[in-house]
Amino acid sequence: MTYFPEEVVEHIFDFVGSHRDRNTVSTVCKAWYQVERLSRRTVFVGNCYAIGPERVMARFPGINSLSVKGKPHFADFNLVPYDWGGFALPWIVAAARLCPGLEELRLKRMVVTDDGLELLARSFPNFKSLVLISCEGFSTDGLAAIATYCRGLRELDLQENEVEDHGCQWLSFFPDSCTSLVSLNFGCLKGEVNGGALERLVARCPNLRSLKLSPAVSVESLNKILARASHLVDLGTGSFAVDHRTDVYHTLMNSFPKFKSLRNLSGFWDASPCCLRAVYPVCTSLTVLNLSYAPAIQGDDLIKIICLCFKLQKLWVLDSIGDKGLAVVASTCKELQELRVFPCDIYGAGTTSVTEEGLLAVSSGCPKLNSLLYFCYQMTNAALITVAKNCPHFTRFRLCILDPGKPDPVTNQPLDEGFGAIVRSCKNIRRLSLSGRLTDQVFLYIGMYAERLEMLSIAFAGDSDKGMIYVLNGCKNLRKLEIRDCPFGDIALLKNVAKYETMRSLWMSSCDVTLGGCKALAAKMPRLNVEIINENEETYEFEENLSDRHKLEKIYVYRTVAGPRNDAPDFVWTL
Amino acid sequence: MEEDLENRGGACPQLLDLIPNESDWMMAPEASGGGRGVGGLDDSEDKKLELKLGLPGVGGGEEEAAAVLCLDFFSKASKTTTTTTCTGARRRLFESAESKSEGPQQEQQAGFLQLQSRAESGNEWPHKAVWAGGKADLQQSHAAPGGAAGPNTSSQTRAAPAPVVGWPPIRSFRKNLSSSSVKPSVGLENDNAEMKQKFDNNKKGLLVKINMDGIPIGRKVDLKAYDNYEKLSLAVKELFLGLLAAQRDTPENENEAAKQAFVGLLDGSGEYTLVYEDNEGDKMFVGDVPWDMFVSTVKRLRVLKSSDLAALRLGAVSRKRTATES
Repeated sequence: MTYFPEEVVEHIFDFVGSHRDRNTVSTVCKAWYQVERLSRRTVFVGNCYAIGPERVMARFPGINSLSVKGKPHFADFNLVPYDWGGFALPWIVAAARLCPGLEELRLKRMVVTDDGLELLARSFPNFKSLVLISCEGFSTDGLAAIATYCRGLRELDLQENEVEDHGCQWLSFFPDSCTSLVSLNFGCLKGEVNGGALERLVARCPNLRSLKLSPAVSVESLNKILARASHLVDLGTGSFAVDHRTDVYHTLMNSFPKFKSLRNLSGFWDASPCCLRAVYPVCTSLTVLNLSYAPAIQGDDLIKIICLCFKLQKLWVLDSIGDKGLAVVASTCKELQELRVFPCDIYGAGTTSVTEEGLLAVSSGCPKLNSLLYFCYQMTNAALITVAKNCPHFTRFRLCILDPGKPDPVTNQPLDEGFGAIVRSCKNIRRLSLSGRLTDQVFLYIGMYAERLEMLSIAFAGDSDKGMIYVLNGCKNLRKLEIRDCPFGDIALLKNVAKYETMRSLWMSSCDVTLGGCKALAAKMPRLNVEIINENEETYEFEENLSDRHKLEKIYVYRTVAGPRNDAPDFVWTL
Repeated sequence: MEEDLENRGGACPQLLDLIPNESDWMMAPEASGGGRGVGGLDDSEDKKLELKLGLPGVGGGEEEAAAVLCLDFFSKASKTTTTTTCTGARRRLFESAESKSEGPQQEQQAGFLQLQSRAESGNEWPHKAVWAGGKADLQQSHAAPGGAAGPNTSSQTRAAPAPVVGWPPIRSFRKNLSSSSVKPSVGLENDNAEMKQKFDNNKKGLLVKINMDGIPIGRKVDLKAYDNYEKLSLAVKELFLGLLAAQRDTPENENEAAKQAFVGLLDGSGEYTLVYEDNEGDKMFVGDVPWDMFVSTVKRLRVLKSSDLAALRLGAVSRKRTATES
């Protein structure tokens, strides 16, 4: 193949889209490596500490899109201390110097500062798209900088970030000349919003297709916006509750019918049942519906809306939908691929929730179901076995039984067989989260059958080191393993150390690994960073005095070519 | 305690079955208990499980009633424990049935029973937090659909669940959805109100102590049962009438005199006055602030002899008094 001129090879590589394929292609021979690296336009870095930004950009000088992820997944649940790391600034600085043609930046679980945003805004004349997911560290001032300096910005997508509110004027910083927005999502902002500036912005962006508002945007404002944005495909409402006797309400009721292209609906912050009626006219064309921020909508009202949504592919709801509501989903939404049922009320005020019945119904009624996130109070093996039979196509299966370690309530058995059936039947499963009472047996099944598994989340499960060993010895494609509160110790940790270099990362918290075990791991595997997160102030002052038998609360192990990181806070030790 | 366990011998075969050999064993508390609720199912099983986990220093006898096993629960706050000795790691247990020396049960916030952390030498203590204690409220809530989860016990005695770091695995903003929702539909209002009360950190339940001058034994009153001061005043009278009458010597007019004592509790005109201590430690007259505010700040109540009032330090006394009387 080396006698093909480079241009031809490069052209062929254009058809090689996915990161993984391109990564593979680059390892064939030096020539291909060169062609590939110079023609690569998009780079995805799954762990910001696995490699330094300069090295990425030196290898791929032509990139125009960069995605980087920072904190481990369990940071979403407050298990990672606030200042653990994951700073975006080094990446922005390096890109400003080495990749000035950057057009798109996607960051997830990283610490982004206003300075970083300003640098970003000023450094890339072609910048088009900024996506920040679960990030923190910035304020509306940073957003104002983006609005001011990013001429030609097409996408500003802020999902579930912690953004400090420094006032509502950032939207006004989009100059009048900014007419290029295609997607604007600021649903996660908590502060007030300048309605007028927003309405004007929407009015002057004819290409706007996706708009997601924050709870502070009133219904009145929404009405005005809807009047100007009839080409929207994806809408996240702001506040969605007004008195039905008002003009605003009436206008709302009449706002939706004209939307011919609307396919995705979300938002509905604090939606009231009577306002929800406004969207009935568009339900029949919806493919995505997210009602998971609307705790006031009870099962019956949910049912009324769902029975209209027969084209739905993705549904996010609260468990107030109940098993009854899920039965309606099963009978109506034959195109459903993804279902997420979140707990409405974790403090237990006795409202409805869902059980295995609901899941069973959906599994038998929705043949295309492949992605599930399901919070419930109980699950049975029988149900899981049936679900596995009904839905062999699951790629993502995340079940969270809210009571940790809870067995099958009917048989009192652990849920090993149920989850075992899932992994046996669903050959393509890539992501799995377990819960309920589980012994080592389930891990044996997972190790044996879950060949395509890439991410596994375990909590309060297992009986012994064997559980973890089964997983590490099986699961050829495992990339991320995150474990909390399981009886896995040094023996498991050290059994198959080479495995960790084939994975992105391992997280273990509240398990039985010791300092000695981690030291041994670090010694054997120099290309891993073995990080110990020790928030206990008493002990970290006495680092040297800690015995090797000291049990570690949190460890995070990841492969890296960048060596130990130099931005770790005091409480993080890299062995 | 191994010895205890052995002595029990036949009493806990189930546990022994679970433990092929000591160094490996991992407590599987739920296996024997099913979806146990707190104050759970089978006391004897509970005892077995409990003893099983009891390490030297914990003392098997104390945990008699504990229905839940928590091998170890490490939250951020308690993470001093890993290598420290047994006692260091104890966490407060809330368990309706149990009689632990840890402290009062009912008003306590639900915690997790942590029978033991690891002993100094023992790294073999598996820790698997059993959440039944803290999940009491969850148990309550899924009494409806759950049913099979096991008897949901004395739910009323449960306070808010102890906050467990990172569980359930949902983003923080979802945890507060219900409570921060605006104007829920009517049916939800009560639930939301109760829920807010449940995990309102300022209130340890709604039972407050009330003492009356001259009566050595105090009572407790559930403020949730009332929605205004009049009803509270009546309740106070009912609580202490009998005791007061018994204290006084004259049987014939005892009832009359005693009843008289409770007139004017709220306005300073009677023989006794109702005062309270608020969350800032100040003593206040009952009746000055709106009822809801009172309920959220009150810590204890006292029925004082009006003639003694001047002798006590009362917060904003005379000004408020004048205001209410006008």
